[in-house]
Amino acid sequence: MTDMRLADEASGDESARVASWRLLLGNPVTTTSAVVLVGIVVVALTARRIAPYGTNKIDVADALQPPTGAHWFGTDELGRDIFSRVLLAAHASLQIALASVAFAFVVGVTIGVISGYRGGLLDAVLMRVVDVMFAFPVLLLALAIVAILAPGSATTILAIGIVYTPIFARVARASTLSVRVEPFVAVSRTLGTGHLYMLGRHILPNIAGPVIVQTSVSLAFAILSEAALSFLGLGIQPPEPSWGRMLFDAQGFVQRAWWMGVFPGAAIFATVLAFNLLGDGLRDVLDPKQRTMIEARRQR
Amino acid sequence: MKTFFTSSIVRFLARRLLYSLVVLLGVLIVAFSLVHLVPGDPVRIALGTRYSPDAYQTLRAASGLDRPIVEQFFGYVGSALTGDLGVSFRNGDPVTLTLLDRLPATLSLAVVGIVIALLISVPAGIWAALREGRISDAVVRISSQFGVSIPDFWMGLLLIALFASTLGWLPTSGYQALSDNPAGWLRHVILPGLTVGLVAGAIMTRYIRSALLDVASMGYVRTARSKGLPPWVVTLRHIVRNALIPVLTITGIQLATILGGVIVVEVVFAWPGIGRLVYTAVAARDYPLIQGAVLLIAVLFLLVNLVVDVLYAVVDPRIRLS
Repeated sequence: MTDMRLADEASGDESARVASWRLLLGNPVTTTSAVVLVGIVVVALTARRIAPYGTNKIDVADALQPPTGAHWFGTDELGRDIFSRVLLAAHASLQIALASVAFAFVVGVTIGVISGYRGGLLDAVLMRVVDVMFAFPVLLLALAIVAILAPGSATTILAIGIVYTPIFARVARASTLSVRVEPFVAVSRTLGTGHLYMLGRHILPNIAGPVIVQTSVSLAFAILSEAALSFLGLGIQPPEPSWGRMLFDAQGFVQRAWWMGVFPGAAIFATVLAFNLLGDGLRDVLDPKQRTMIEARRQR
Repeated sequence: MKTFFTSSIVRFLARRLLYSLVVLLGVLIVAFSLVHLVPGDPVRIALGTRYSPDAYQTLRAASGLDRPIVEQFFGYVGSALTGDLGVSFRNGDPVTLTLLDRLPATLSLAVVGIVIALLISVPAGIWAALREGRISDAVVRISSQFGVSIPDFWMGLLLIALFASTLGWLPTSGYQALSDNPAGWLRHVILPGLTVGLVAGAIMTRYIRSALLDVASMGYVRTARSKGLPPWVVTLRHIVRNALIPVLTITGIQLATILGGVIVVEVVFAWPGIGRLVYTAVAARDYPLIQGAVLLIAVLFLLVNLVVDVLYAVVDPRIRLS
């Protein structure tokens, strides 16, 4: 009887999983976003090979050329090829976004799960710390961290990672609290399951949905944060190209060379949009009730 | 009944105030720690090429960094609570006065931004929710997702390119005080206000739409419909009214975010607000100014949240009684 029920539940889980995948893949917006993102990642990884010109190949005679067959996105004030720089900057932007979100994911989920699982004084203290961090706008906190350390890629990763940690902590804690009271957790506890096994076997797999959704949306905003910091000259440092820094350089040429600002901005926009749309699709499947906390306090 | 209402409001407010004070203490600790987390000597770093032993000693003593750390902390908290945020490392000006000088520009941008955001998001959110699943809903959803994904500084540059550089209708950047020249203020605030308002409006539209859909799926809305009430009565009295709480929440969060977070937009439009001040302070390693700005912005955030909480209690009796 028990075996039969377990078999039914297992096949139920399996069919639910298949239905989820079908729902995810059946959404043309989600699949298009996923394909676009794969394309962006491939471009980022192969940028050095496929870029027609070098990152900082200066050719003053060719400065401020509009888009042509030789320079698809035109050239900047130093004659550098904007198309090549947009491709090469993709690598740096994605690398920083991935590293910072990985940091926020690991630290935030750890804090959230421990807080939600243990409860009591530890939970109260950790959540007040999270509340304090929420009192600072994301970019302000990131700037303060950059002011403490020197600007650069490593500082940018740390700054963005720290400012997105509380969001992961809150999402993981809220999900842990709801899983903790499930009957199967109570049964497992009465059977004498240890805390580590309980967290690894029961809690973490069951909070994965909201956390995965949060990861996708956070990647979008991490790219925006990195671009903002680089735009201010406090993120990725020259000569390494970055979309934000290219937009900063374009400021002085708004009227004379529209292409300097349009293409790097479009690259940020397309990447962020793809991550956001993928996040929307994942949310519909994995966590339809979740409110986009991160959107509400999106950095400027 | 009135006494019960008043006492429940007072209890609710007292609880929220106490919570805000706890968070404020944490904010003070973070602001105080900023200067102490700097690897090396912050005064030496801030002085840079202006370093001389005399200048170093004077600045160190003026900022109180020569005292024991516990004494420094209590001194900092005491001074901050009385409105004294120290002096700038860069020019010796009082930080509080510098911040107050920049506050009107930030406040006017925030108000214009949030008004534009509300003008966009409330009708768009309601429109989309009432037409869930139709083409107009899809258009609103996609447009708002575009707005959420667009970098605000890029949008600012595009608006400058179109309305200032190409059409010449509005100034590219700068600021005029409302009290000095209302028409000049309006001309200067439109583009940065639009930049801030369009992004905030996109975020709020998504939120308002989903809040309305949540309420529309409630049992009492079905009951109201089955009673034969006209659709507009159901929409206004039962759906929109009950969706006010999430609308208030998102408006409060967005206002607080704009007040403290439009650093890049202020830089793009050379807007002399707190955001641009933070940027220049970070570039100059002017730690007391960074500390002061961080503290002010966090306090503004807490105040906005407190006001939103009070409005909750007024709008929804369930909250103050819980």
